[in-house]
Amino acid sequence: MAGNAKQTHSGHRGLDMDEPLIFEQDAPGRTGVDLAEPPAVQDRLGGLARRGPVGLPGLSEPQVVRHFARLSRMNYAIDTGLYPLGSCTMKHNPRLNEKVARLPGLGDLHPMQPEETVQGAFELIDTLAHWIKTLTGMPAVAMSPAAGAHGELCGLMCIRAAHEAKGNPRARVLVPESAHGTNPATAAMCGYTVDAIPADDRGRVDLAAFEAKLGDDVAGVMLTNPNTCGLFENDIVKVADRIHEIGGYFYADGANFNAIVGRVRPGDLGIDAMHLNLHKTFSTPHGGGGPGSGPVVLSEALAPYAPVPFVVHGPDGFRLAEHAGGDAAKTFGRMKGFHGQMGMFIRALSYMLSHGSDGLRQVAEDAVLNANYVLARLQDVMSPAYPGPCMHEVLFDDHFLKDTGVSTLDFAKAMIDEGYHPMTVYFPLIVHGAMLVEPTETESKDSVDRFIDSLRYLAEKAKSGDTAFFEQAPELTPRRRLDETRAARSPVLRWQPPPAADAAE
Amino acid sequence: MRYLPLTDTDRRAMLGAIGVDSIDDLFVDVPESARRDGLVDLPTHAGEMEVERTLSALAAKNLSPSVAPCFLGAGAYRHHIPASVDHLIQRSEFLTAYTPYQPEISQGTLQVLFEFQTQVAAITGMEVANASMYDGATGCAEAVMMAHRITKRRKSVLSGSLHPHYRDATETLVQFTNFEMQSAPVDADGTEDLAALIDKDTACVVVQNPTFFGHVRDLTALADACHRAGALLVAVVTEVVSLGAITSPGEMGADIVVAEGQSIGVPLSFGGPYVGLLATRQKYIRQMPGRLCGETVDQDGRRGYVLTLSAREQHIRREKATSNICTNSGLCALAFCIHLTLLGEAGFSRLAELNHAAAATLADKLAAVPGVTLVNDSFFNEFTLRLPKPAAEVVEALSAQGILGGVPVSRLLPDDPAMADLLLVAATETNTEAEMDRLVAALTEVL
Repeated sequence: MAGNAKQTHSGHRGLDMDEPLIFEQDAPGRTGVDLAEPPAVQDRLGGLARRGPVGLPGLSEPQVVRHFARLSRMNYAIDTGLYPLGSCTMKHNPRLNEKVARLPGLGDLHPMQPEETVQGAFELIDTLAHWIKTLTGMPAVAMSPAAGAHGELCGLMCIRAAHEAKGNPRARVLVPESAHGTNPATAAMCGYTVDAIPADDRGRVDLAAFEAKLGDDVAGVMLTNPNTCGLFENDIVKVADRIHEIGGYFYADGANFNAIVGRVRPGDLGIDAMHLNLHKTFSTPHGGGGPGSGPVVLSEALAPYAPVPFVVHGPDGFRLAEHAGGDAAKTFGRMKGFHGQMGMFIRALSYMLSHGSDGLRQVAEDAVLNANYVLARLQDVMSPAYPGPCMHEVLFDDHFLKDTGVSTLDFAKAMIDEGYHPMTVYFPLIVHGAMLVEPTETESKDSVDRFIDSLRYLAEKAKSGDTAFFEQAPELTPRRRLDETRAARSPVLRWQPPPAADAAE
Repeated sequence: MRYLPLTDTDRRAMLGAIGVDSIDDLFVDVPESARRDGLVDLPTHAGEMEVERTLSALAAKNLSPSVAPCFLGAGAYRHHIPASVDHLIQRSEFLTAYTPYQPEISQGTLQVLFEFQTQVAAITGMEVANASMYDGATGCAEAVMMAHRITKRRKSVLSGSLHPHYRDATETLVQFTNFEMQSAPVDADGTEDLAALIDKDTACVVVQNPTFFGHVRDLTALADACHRAGALLVAVVTEVVSLGAITSPGEMGADIVVAEGQSIGVPLSFGGPYVGLLATRQKYIRQMPGRLCGETVDQDGRRGYVLTLSAREQHIRREKATSNICTNSGLCALAFCIHLTLLGEAGFSRLAELNHAAAATLADKLAAVPGVTLVNDSFFNEFTLRLPKPAAEVVEALSAQGILGGVPVSRLLPDDPAMADLLLVAATETNTEAEMDRLVAALTEVL
């Protein structure tokens, strides 16, 4: 229990190793690489040769390997446990994808090689684009955005460019209160005022409130579907019709595409643009915070404004439209260096080919089945925010914790001691003490059952009045609750060498 | 299907527990018009062996720089990556973790970010760095937006020797805001006078070092001119290995440094994913975009790390956030951190020396080819040649001989006829003298 944890001389606790920073393991001159002696040449650095040291520590290879191996063991990961982080789609990351991304001729290509030397790379991008267009039922896709938020920016820039081409950029973008924070942040970066749409009591967009906000200054609407409450927006076709009637465009946030892949084509719902997170639906690894990849499908109306570069079919094979003009006469510009997240494209295509059209449809069905099973088995002890069925994730509020003295945060931290990564908490903002659970399709029934049993145990323990159990959690982790206020109030964002006096001791 | 654990027996039992007859009952909220009964028109599932065969066939249609001598740069560089880097980034606990939102079970990723931020600050000569951007070009655009927030001014000056993708990405990002970009004329010779373009509305001057054309320049006077006018100097580095040999932008007075970190630990991968570095002064941290990791203590008083200052970010601030960035380049930042840790002070300097020596050797060999002129007085590991005929044609002729001989400047600046004969050539520690001699011989032949 707290304070009673066994103290050790070393600071390690069995397999839980306490690991100092690399800067605290420095020995001057030591290195983890063997590089040849450089030949003597006349310096061409224009008199700007570095004079002082850089300030990097010297470690040998075994030290470096042990350091990072030890650090890795302080992380929770999909490979080691169920990771029900709602809206993040923490599914299994196949290792085949990692293998093929490293093939010579793919992983080692330079982006500025002559086009005739990278026809296979263009074909790969074109094939992935074909899968994406077919799965979404959309005519075009912009491949270069680097992540979901970057894809949103791509879609909103297309919308803005389309309005400007008609002579009026318009002023407002409608965004539900339940949206990811990236949606309003993106609209603001495109010079739009964000106008929030409330949710109705079914967790969907309030259609009447949405219609009341329509006007000829509305550039478009950004709607996540399935939404962040884990529900399908069943008025979505009406939303599309209404926004089109006033000359606006429909941006769909495709973060939750995993719920409908192979079963519903967003193109059949009337959308104009939607990003896909290849690092969610299509299994590319999250890597502790990226990299992602956020291709954006586009309607005929928006496709001409797509960013450069993009692959085009020429008479002698594939080539790249890299600049405004020609194939890209109306492009809104360039979003990043080079051509896109090729490493993620390779992995996503490997995943798509593995599953095929039948497997991908089964992905959506199993994801939705697992989430509804969690809902069915927990609804008597936890409080679902909305009645089911849900899609690929299920949202609870903190009503079941009322008067227990246990908060959503405490509940989440207690899950950690049970061996689970917590669900997404306090999001979406429209639900009090939200807990958004996304098991994904890659969990077995046994695994989901054990998870449910743990949550049932915790819910009942909370109701039993054992608040101390929750407030002390987690106790079995490499670190216990961290002081975030202190971190923000006096930020220490880097290691500093100790003061000289101490160093001399 | 190997990635799906549920059996039909499981599915029936689960549907029963839910109280529905079929999976279709769970999709009732989908409008009828959008429900699809059959499969989409794509191939059905395939085994590992078949998928690998398909992708290997695509790989075989490319000319691999692991086979062909490669002298390409222009913002992406071929370097050796130690074997332990790729091994360690594939550790399950790094590869398959999410953003470290629950610090008690994410100390591995968080400590790496803290070390990464410290390394980036050290090599750029700055006080602090963030936990990464998508790439150098997007980092450049974000740095300009950051300078606007800090100075509350509306104009930025972009150097004429800034990488064209960085210039374009920056112009694209700000095009729908009130900010104005002034791009200086293309400067292949390294002689532009950016100080003359600064006025009272200037938020920042963006300058690359070494420049897109390879020149190494002293930014000190430009930094002073910026500061006298109340503007910031944003320094861009597209080849971070240069920082092992050249005076850092921080030492020359830069206020924000953005860099492409690909050269340390990240494979070329046809242009992405890469890792953007963004470093600045401590006093500007609340205007920085992206994630920051900070040191703190846990409730037992033990040192630990958390994501911090999130009041800047989109998930808290929504439309008032400093950026919309969420997912960044975590795993590439890890690769960078591991590789730079292996190098250390001695290895980083040595690597830079090797690169400079390779480029100096190659420049001398190429400048001796009849008709070829070296444009640069100074360079690090990349330089510009003036050829007696269009560089794009020369590059095609070289690639027909299995040599990736350089990047024609016209590929990135197609509208400027003065660029047609210019060729960017890079050399790194991976290029042998025999490869250089092959390039020299082939170039002599095709000119």
